[in-house]
Amino acid sequence: MAGQHKISVRDMNVWFSDKQVIHSLNIDIPSNEIISVLGPANSGITTLLRSLNRLSDLNPAMRVEGEILLDGNNIRDVSVTELRRKVGMVFDVPTPLPISIFDNIAYGPRLSGTKNMKNLTGIVEQSLREAALWDDVKDRLYTPAMSLSGGQQQRLCIARVLALKPEVILLDRPCSGLDPLSTAKIEESLKNLKAQFTIIIAPHNVQQASRVSDHIAFMLMGHLVEHGTAEKILTNPKDQRTNDYLTGRFG
Amino acid sequence: MMKGSSRVTENIIKTLIWAAALSVLTVLVVIIAYILIRGLPVISWQFLTEIPRNMGRSGGISSTIVGTLMVTLVAIVIATPFGIGTAFYLAEYTRRDSMVTRVIRFSAESLAGIPSIVYGLFGFIFFVKYLGMGWSVLSGGLTLAIMILPTIIRTSEEAILAVPNLYREVSYSLGGTKWQTIVKTVLPSAIRGIANGVILSVGRCVAETAAVVLTAGSALRMTTSLTSPTRTMAVHFYILASEAISFENAYGTAALLIILIFLINVVANTLINRFIAKGR
Ligand SMILES: Nc1ncnc2c1ncn2[C@@H]1O[C@H](COP(=O)(O)OP(=O)(O)O)[C@@H](O)[C@H]1O
Ligand SMILES: [Mg+2]
Repeated sequence: MAGQHKISVRDMNVWFSDKQVIHSLNIDIPSNEIISVLGPANSGITTLLRSLNRLSDLNPAMRVEGEILLDGNNIRDVSVTELRRKVGMVFDVPTPLPISIFDNIAYGPRLSGTKNMKNLTGIVEQSLREAALWDDVKDRLYTPAMSLSGGQQQRLCIARVLALKPEVILLDRPCSGLDPLSTAKIEESLKNLKAQFTIIIAPHNVQQASRVSDHIAFMLMGHLVEHGTAEKILTNPKDQRTNDYLTGRFG
Repeated sequence: MMKGSSRVTENIIKTLIWAAALSVLTVLVVIIAYILIRGLPVISWQFLTEIPRNMGRSGGISSTIVGTLMVTLVAIVIATPFGIGTAFYLAEYTRRDSMVTRVIRFSAESLAGIPSIVYGLFGFIFFVKYLGMGWSVLSGGLTLAIMILPTIIRTSEEAILAVPNLYREVSYSLGGTKWQTIVKTVLPSAIRGIANGVILSVGRCVAETAAVVLTAGSALRMTTSLTSPTRTMAVHFYILASEAISFENAYGTAALLIILIFLINVVANTLINRFIAKGR
């Protein structure tokens, strides 16, 4: 059974200094599906996602306890740069680096030693196609990425993660600042990408969760309240709090 | 009523600020214009290419131009890597509140406030006398390097801290190591601010007199090596004017000094825009 779980989180507790923000969290995340982690603000979703690629290491005040397994291996036992290439991350605001579109996408591959221009060009084109951005930018790859619209910038960030050839993609409210059309485009790409990747998304709202998810997990105040298939959580949640959230009674 | 009177106050303050800015600008323009008007007619091909004769009463100032450039070059070449390195250490490798950081920052801030004559005295005692380097380009350059180090550290550190933390997180999240993140993302984003600090320091070196006259000397002959003494343009100007040797040539030197600093700024900014900060 364990073999089909891409990520397993065992008894995770997270603190910021002495404030505990995640309480004994356990979850198994299946491969090649989209799982949404839902919850009101400050539930600890960002904290959970940043623990999965050890971005948490950057904050000395942040302490993560428990085991996180990627394909059965503790993520503490692999090199952190390798882990982050396998578990890519898209942030809640578009984060193009102040360099060209091409250089943004090629940033990751170059870090891991791909120098050959032909290989890089191939990776850039493929990643941009998969993120449905190629047609928008193919004529201006060498212009600053900052000149793209917000929606395009966020797709650029997805393409930049795809260029890593990752196994898991974390998306922390990737559509929070975006218009409906850009949001729809990104959701469309995600559905196409799940055949190749395991996708963990903190959705924008319940509607987005219902549109894209195979699984849904619901978090509240640092606790994982429940999780299951999207259909089950959306139509028949076990916990009253989940129901309250889904019906808009708080959050 | 309230609204009306606060609008009046605001307008008065605005006018005062404008007046202050305008008077500063006027003073600056008048000074520069005065020097250029008196100095530019003195500048000729001969003034640029001949070494001073008769203590500077006649001849040109070529050896002081060379001296200025050499002393400044030595100072910049030495201070820049140390300054930028220290700034990166402070900004990226230590915690903001750690003891090391506070000691280094406090020293840098104290050093920045010391009058340049004190650096000159130190350079004279340490480089010229104790290390036996004599009055030389090297003694002068090293002294200036110490003098500008705090400026380079502070401006570089500010530029590094101004790089959004999100850029670092992006680089790390794409599998970057700390070193890669610094070299590929933080440095290029901070380079404009760092370069501004360096350019500022070039200006200070070019314009310095007290620290240089005590360490590089005031020899009028053409400098041939790092170990020979020299006279910079600023020192030449100072001596010509203070010893009433030739006010005409003093103004010529001053005008050229202004032009030189202006040129350095323009060239440096063009180079930065062209090569380093492209796309940013
Ligand atoms: N860098 C931080 N330092 C201290 N506390 C933090 C930090 N980041 C998040 N927190 C706290 O952790 C809790 C969970 O935050 P977060 O994971 O961002 O929640 P969510 O993404 O679900 O909104 C919140 O109470 C928040 O205030
Ligand atoms: Mg969040």
